[in-house]
Amino acid sequence: MNTEELITLSLRAIWGNKLRSFLTTLGITIGVFAIIVLVSIGSGLQSYITNQISSLGSNVIFVTPGESGGIGALLSNKLSLQDWKNIQRKTLLTAKSTPEIRQLETLKYKTLRSKGAFVFGVSSSYPEVVTTAKMAQGNFFTAGQEQSGSNVTVIGQSVYNKFFPGQAAIGKRIFVGNKLYTVIGVFAKIGTFAGVDADNIAVIPVETASIQYGTTSVSRIDVAANNPDLLPIVIRQINQTLLRRISSDDYSIQTADSLVSTISSITNVLSLALGGIAGISLLVGGIGVANIMLVSVTERTREIGLRKALGAKRNDILKQFLIEAVTLSVTGGVIGIMLGMLVSVIIAILLVSTVTIWSVALAFGFSVAVGVIFGMAPAIRASKLNPIDALRYE
Amino acid sequence: MKKNDEIIKMVGITKKYDSLDVETIALSGINLSVKRGDFLAITGRSGSGKSTLMHIIGLLDIPTSGTYILNGTDVSKFGEDEAAFQRNKEIGFVFQQFNLLPKLNALENVILPAIYAGMEKKARTEKANMLLTMLGLGGHLNKRPNQMSGGQQQRVAIARALMNDPELILADEPTGNLDTHSGDDVMRTLKQLNKEGKTVVLITHEHDIASQAKKILHLEDGALVSK
Repeated sequence: MNTEELITLSLRAIWGNKLRSFLTTLGITIGVFAIIVLVSIGSGLQSYITNQISSLGSNVIFVTPGESGGIGALLSNKLSLQDWKNIQRKTLLTAKSTPEIRQLETLKYKTLRSKGAFVFGVSSSYPEVVTTAKMAQGNFFTAGQEQSGSNVTVIGQSVYNKFFPGQAAIGKRIFVGNKLYTVIGVFAKIGTFAGVDADNIAVIPVETASIQYGTTSVSRIDVAANNPDLLPIVIRQINQTLLRRISSDDYSIQTADSLVSTISSITNVLSLALGGIAGISLLVGGIGVANIMLVSVTERTREIGLRKALGAKRNDILKQFLIEAVTLSVTGGVIGIMLGMLVSVIIAILLVSTVTIWSVALAFGFSVAVGVIFGMAPAIRASKLNPIDALRYE
Repeated sequence: MKKNDEIIKMVGITKKYDSLDVETIALSGINLSVKRGDFLAITGRSGSGKSTLMHIIGLLDIPTSGTYILNGTDVSKFGEDEAAFQRNKEIGFVFQQFNLLPKLNALENVILPAIYAGMEKKARTEKANMLLTMLGLGGHLNKRPNQMSGGQQQRVAIARALMNDPELILADEPTGNLDTHSGDDVMRTLKQLNKEGKTVVLITHEHDIASQAKKILHLEDGALVSK
């Protein structure tokens, strides 16, 4: 009996028990659907974050206090404004850089308030280092304004829309904390990043920030090499500069690439965990297939006996039931894949989700495997039936 | 050897069942010779061992000891798959319960043995069609078993038995589930097939059915007794 005939036979048997087949198939459909959707969300998240980081540019280096990923930075921050100045002097010909003094602050304009805004104290090189910072109105502050500690600020789109909707903002005076600043520019929209509104910001000169918040500690130093080829040289220069004053445990250096790989490893684990959970529901679906195939073998004992009497070999019977199980499970799998892809595409419109070829291939492979694994025991049982006993079976 | 005129030759066939330390002897030394073109009836009360003998003749069971030569081939020690191949080729079964698959129509039921013989699709459909038409069921090709009378179902089963052109037709109480009229009809068909050259072995407990065969053997307590 060839494969085509066996498939036709199994389709007839499945079609002959529509409701039962549908319910069994449903178990696999749900499992495969869950795999596709959850993995799509996982990888969508990953490519979203990766893109966000990559948009920072491949020539960017972040110097952060403390060991990479450690909590030392929160306890004692040894990275200071002086370190940035040293780096800036050392990399004068190879890179542009900016420190970041970061503060959570309330902004005020007349009676309007913007709570939970980030205030960044940065250098005049900021727009050249941070590529997402583009000007929508006005200008960024100059090196002169930075060094003289002027009270000038560039605000984000969210702040602008709250305080000056549709109006010119340049020259207006707003409160950053308890000090008055003159608005000299507005950033173009950046968007939200990991749920945080990246446009609810006010950027001020670093010297001004240092005085206002009474600190010389910086939460980050961003360095942009003049071209990506200079990256290793710039990293060496930074290390030489910093090690003269602080130890290698007091800071860490990351590039966009190293950040991407760190985050990828996290989101990969997330994708795997999500896929694993979905895998459990596929397993349950597989048990359903095994169960219904056992019922089917019992119900069709006489048929098996007759087929054997008429010349079916063990293998013919084994294949017949195995292919029936696989057909059942693959039908469920294909429906699950189509539903999963459809829903993933819908999710992609609202959130992030990417249907990956490997998750589709994996889901299809799983549904075939589930059919084979869970169909095997019932099929072997069927093939081993003694034709005499099977023919007598009522 | 193949051109031997004996289609069945059994020498000293025994069958014992062991269950829970109790040994049951179903057949004790059967010697049987059936010539090509014969029409043999094997009778016996229930428990006489006639089902066991039928199973061994039909290669559905293997003897405990003895030699069984079927159409020139020693099949006494055949394994399950070899037996399946041999009975597919050599034996056409007609059962008391008809044993048609309920979800297949008449044509598909008749085709079954040819599928396992690997016959090509078009050829087997034509042949099944021809056999059913020959047996007067030309208008019932697409009917399922439950849409046909008992007599019609048994004729479908006979067509199925003829599908692979076996030399031996093995009929196990073929009239047992039929009314007199349909039963006579089935017997006429078997006699006609015998006339055309098929060897027929009929197992029955009804004397007037057995008497229609050319030769009758009686089975008593697992041994053959001539009558």
